Amino acid sequence: MSLQHVTTTVNGDATEFLCDAAETLLDALRDRLGLTGSKEGCASGDCGACSVMLDGRLVCSCLVLAAEADGREVETIEGMAGTGELHPLQTKFLELGALQCGICTPGFLVAAKALLDENPDPDETEVRYWLAGNLCRCTGYDKIIRAVLETAADLREE
Amino acid sequence: MRYEAPRTLADATGMLASCQGTARVLAGGTDLLVALRSGLVEPELVVDIKRIPGMADIVAEDGGWRVGAAVPGAALGHHDGVCRAWPGVVEAVELIGSTQIQGRATMVGNLCNASPAADSVPAMMAAGALARIAGPDGTERDVPVGDVAIGPGVTSLAPGELVASIFLPETPARSGDAYLRLIPRTEMDIAVVGAAVSLTLDEGGCCTAAKVVLGAVGPRALVVEDGAAAILGTTLDDEALAALERVASAAARPIDDKRGTVPYRRKVAGVLARRAAHIASRRAGEKS
Amino acid sequence: MELEFTTRTTFDKVGTRPPRPDGTDKVTGRALYGADLAGADMLVGKVLRSPHAHARILAIDTSRAEALTGVKAVVTRDDFPHIGPEGTVKGEVEESVWDVARNVMARDKALYEGHAVAAVAATSTAVARQALKLIDITWQVLPHVTDVDEAMRSDAPLVHEDMITAGMDPVPEEPSNIAEYRKVEMGDIEAGFAAADVIAEQSFRTEAAHQGYIEPHACVASASEDGLAELWCCTQGHFSVRDMCANILGMDLASLRVTSSEIGGGFGGKTTVFLEPVALLLSRKSGRPVKMTMSRDEVFRASGPTSSTSITARIGATRDGRITACDATLRYQGGAFPGSPVGIGAVCGMAPYDCPNVVLHCYDVVVNRPKAAAYRAPGAPMAAFAIESLLDDIARKLDIDPVELRLKNAVKEGSSSVYGPTFGPIGFEECLETARDHPSLEAVPGPNQARGIAAGFWPNFGGQTSVTVNVNTDGTVLVSLGTPDIGGSRASMCLMAAEELQIPYERVKAIIADTSALGHNDTTGGSRVTHSAGLATIEASRKVIDIMKRRAAATWDIDVDAVVWDQGCVRPSGANAGDHEPLTFDAIAAMASATGGPIAGHAEINAEGAGASFAVHVCDLEVDPETGRVTILRYLAVQDAGKAIHPDYVEGQYQGGVTQGIGWALNEEYIYGSDGVLQNPGFLDYRIPVASDLPMIDTVIVEVPNPGHPYGVRGVGETPIVPPLAAVANAVSRAIGRRMTETPMSPPRILAAIDGTS
Repeated sequence: MSLQHVTTTVNGDATEFLCDAAETLLDALRDRLGLTGSKEGCASGDCGACSVMLDGRLVCSCLVLAAEADGREVETIEGMAGTGELHPLQTKFLELGALQCGICTPGFLVAAKALLDENPDPDETEVRYWLAGNLCRCTGYDKIIRAVLETAADLREE
Repeated sequence: MRYEAPRTLADATGMLASCQGTARVLAGGTDLLVALRSGLVEPELVVDIKRIPGMADIVAEDGGWRVGAAVPGAALGHHDGVCRAWPGVVEAVELIGSTQIQGRATMVGNLCNASPAADSVPAMMAAGALARIAGPDGTERDVPVGDVAIGPGVTSLAPGELVASIFLPETPARSGDAYLRLIPRTEMDIAVVGAAVSLTLDEGGCCTAAKVVLGAVGPRALVVEDGAAAILGTTLDDEALAALERVASAAARPIDDKRGTVPYRRKVAGVLARRAAHIASRRAGEKS
Repeated sequence: MELEFTTRTTFDKVGTRPPRPDGTDKVTGRALYGADLAGADMLVGKVLRSPHAHARILAIDTSRAEALTGVKAVVTRDDFPHIGPEGTVKGEVEESVWDVARNVMARDKALYEGHAVAAVAATSTAVARQALKLIDITWQVLPHVTDVDEAMRSDAPLVHEDMITAGMDPVPEEPSNIAEYRKVEMGDIEAGFAAADVIAEQSFRTEAAHQGYIEPHACVASASEDGLAELWCCTQGHFSVRDMCANILGMDLASLRVTSSEIGGGFGGKTTVFLEPVALLLSRKSGRPVKMTMSRDEVFRASGPTSSTSITARIGATRDGRITACDATLRYQGGAFPGSPVGIGAVCGMAPYDCPNVVLHCYDVVVNRPKAAAYRAPGAPMAAFAIESLLDDIARKLDIDPVELRLKNAVKEGSSSVYGPTFGPIGFEECLETARDHPSLEAVPGPNQARGIAAGFWPNFGGQTSVTVNVNTDGTVLVSLGTPDIGGSRASMCLMAAEELQIPYERVKAIIADTSALGHNDTTGGSRVTHSAGLATIEASRKVIDIMKRRAAATWDIDVDAVVWDQGCVRPSGANAGDHEPLTFDAIAAMASATGGPIAGHAEINAEGAGASFAVHVCDLEVDPETGRVTILRYLAVQDAGKAIHPDYVEGQYQGGVTQGIGWALNEEYIYGSDGVLQNPGFLDYRIPVASDLPMIDTVIVEVPNPGHPYGVRGVGETPIVPPLAAVANAVSRAIGRRMTETPMSPPRILAAIDGTS
């Protein structure tokens, strides 16, 4: 089986890897690049645990072929915190206890950041619908939604 | 499996035509990758059309809009012109999956996946949309959207053909469209029933043109001619809407499956057709 | 040392909401879950599963798969050692080793669609998948049964041809799918109904629900040539995993070391083994580490779910609302093996009420479905669905407020429980009163809207627990736990250790140690961890204090009785003890080497004294009368936590349990075709609630201290899933004017009820 050569940018770093043509971006991130922060919960785009940004758009990396990333920019949960400093969403999730088991947390954070980048002042309904593709089985979403709304308010104050 | 990302439409159709085994077009991939993963399809070739110039463009044409095959739902939803002209089509496309899915899924993909429950297909059919089909020898033909998906998972495309764009025609004055679907949750489900209505009113608020199309109640999206007849020439008063509900229910040809029962789908098809017509007429009125 | 205590009521740290010690790794993606471990030379393991609901396996030919390049090992039933039917091993509860072993790999028959029949280890996922297709199985397809009522019929296909119902008198002569019958009885049921002025009676059905954890099962196994093996996996109980794997594979316990990864949800579903013994065998056979992960459809088809049930129940009450009698017949299927939670579920349904005359007929039934695993308050939500629905009917018949009806009959301290013990201090009345007086009840339901109320109960577990508290020379503290942290328990342990040691919370960290580092720990389940591991952490911390007092006393050359522990320092108890500057915790930690060596406390206990937790839920919702769709408008969960150690995570348990219950009530179900094949093994059609389905979920933490814990802790995790099925059903029933008796209350089912066609 001949492998595909992919040249891409991951979290700002120029990156190259070899992959099977049928391999997903999620598998390449996890198995080829060791970026296991993106999780596989369903491999069908139903749970959002593998959420990443691809050329600035929020996508499920399980629904992207690794080969498609060639020449594109990928951002994962591993790139969310600045050097030595958490993103305000990450801090707020910790502060409000917006996670229990934590498996869905990376996907929620990537998706919530995409929302706040696009809409700095979402209402509760907008947050809930934006995050409807991110399943959480532990929290009942309450503290997650509050964390996103509070972070948005904090960022608007700045 | 081989992955190709051609730079021209001719290359793409050429690759598809010359492939001996199963070939699949990759646009948003939200259906194809699920099928690949589950082993439902094992294609020899996947042709990614997103690197073909123009595929991700929305351009004005003859008073309407041409939407490229690689335009994701999120981009369509941000396009003021299409949103103004065809809010029902846009809301149908935006119902497809989550925010993440919207970042990838395309209207053309939704059409070519040929699911009877596809959300955007009834809305496009009600809008009178045309699919532009590119063939391997450089040919192009335009066909009504309703002629592309002809049965569950089956399209009328010949080997080597792909749908390159969708044309949404110019909207007459005082016209509006709407799409509603029933799902058990608020998001993330496949339509149990879908209903699209597109209509035009005269200055007196009387309906002069209408199309009613149902989804998920037959092997393909179902045009309800009697439904249009029920509201034509009326002001969409309660009586006309009740008639629409009745004929839409009667026209539905649903099956029992894990998502709904025959009586349920039949009843809700009428309810949603009536509600969609009401919204469409309100939108038409607002555009007078 | 036996821990002696009087329950404390004032705290410095307990009850605050600091960030959890494992939090940063979880918001940055660093935390390693079951599928996140990678090792050199690692193979990929995959399982071949039965496409048939019930079929005899006549032959398995693996030769074509073994010949495929890249395949390093293939295992089938023939690779497992023979074990007898008598042994048991403890997961959340005691289970038959033989049943767990047969569930892990089918033997003579595949008992459900998705049952494992062979497995391969290969150099890549693609090769492993290809190899599965090359395994040839000769099947003899048998008739199947997936419905609990059909399975109980005398002409039903037999899941196990030799199964004779246990607990029947006389012993049946013919085999059946009824694994066990049990009767719970108190008082005089006939007299009880004779005393009733009103009787409510109804049959109910609930469909199976899956735990729905977002992380699929995953493990990495590495077996070496000397018979030793290591296993990394996501589990609620790595000691149980060790015991189960060792029992199934004929290993001794010392030869297998199990490390629990971070765990991405479990809710009871990760209290047993599926892949782990198979991965160990593949590793042993291939001589290389093997990683196995389930796909989402495998999770649905082969792990988890809870029972589907069929319940007939009858409750009688006097005109003034006193419950006089309850009899119920409860039929729970446990999947392909005995062990449904019918017994505990049955008693949980009636436990909140002081009813003198009760008879519960409990049937544990086998069907051709995956082996049921524990799911949050196993068995209780279904029984509560029936009981709380009937109570609502009685409230309507008598025109009594549903909260008042429950208050009239609520158990309190001194009430005898239906499952035996007499209740100590409990908070049910407080929960009912708190719910009744809550401001959210001021909202008046509009057209097509209604309010549903229901209560819930879970007894909570204790169990074997082993904890070590290590003091470092810089005065920081490490708590080593053996109970996997599924929802923030490390934070609670750190709080309790910090409270006890009187040092800052930030100075305490906690880890989940592997099976080689601590004595045995029972599984994280039954809402036992904050109670039991908390008890052990407190006891171990007190041992640390004891050691520190001795070290200080020795330094001062005075008797240990002449020193006291005060504000995180050791000081002389009085003037007679000498004039010594107090020694701080940090100072004593720093001089550990010079005063006798490392300072550590440990506790090995079999915790008792778990306090029951009651809850009252209030659900406001709206029904679309034309489509049957339900919108949840408001939800209030009131529950007794005894003492909330970390209130964020207590509230989180309430909110999460409510949400799972709402999902079960409205949309979640196992859908089988007539072929016995599961039709919805994915998150698309197994519809767990999404963020936009829900409002904020109001919570009130009631605190009636549990005298069985030094801080008054009660387990809180399970109770919140008990009331929602009934709370939602009562609201829907009031909104549409018809009693809903089946879950899920999906739009088609509700519309049929409205139209009178159900």
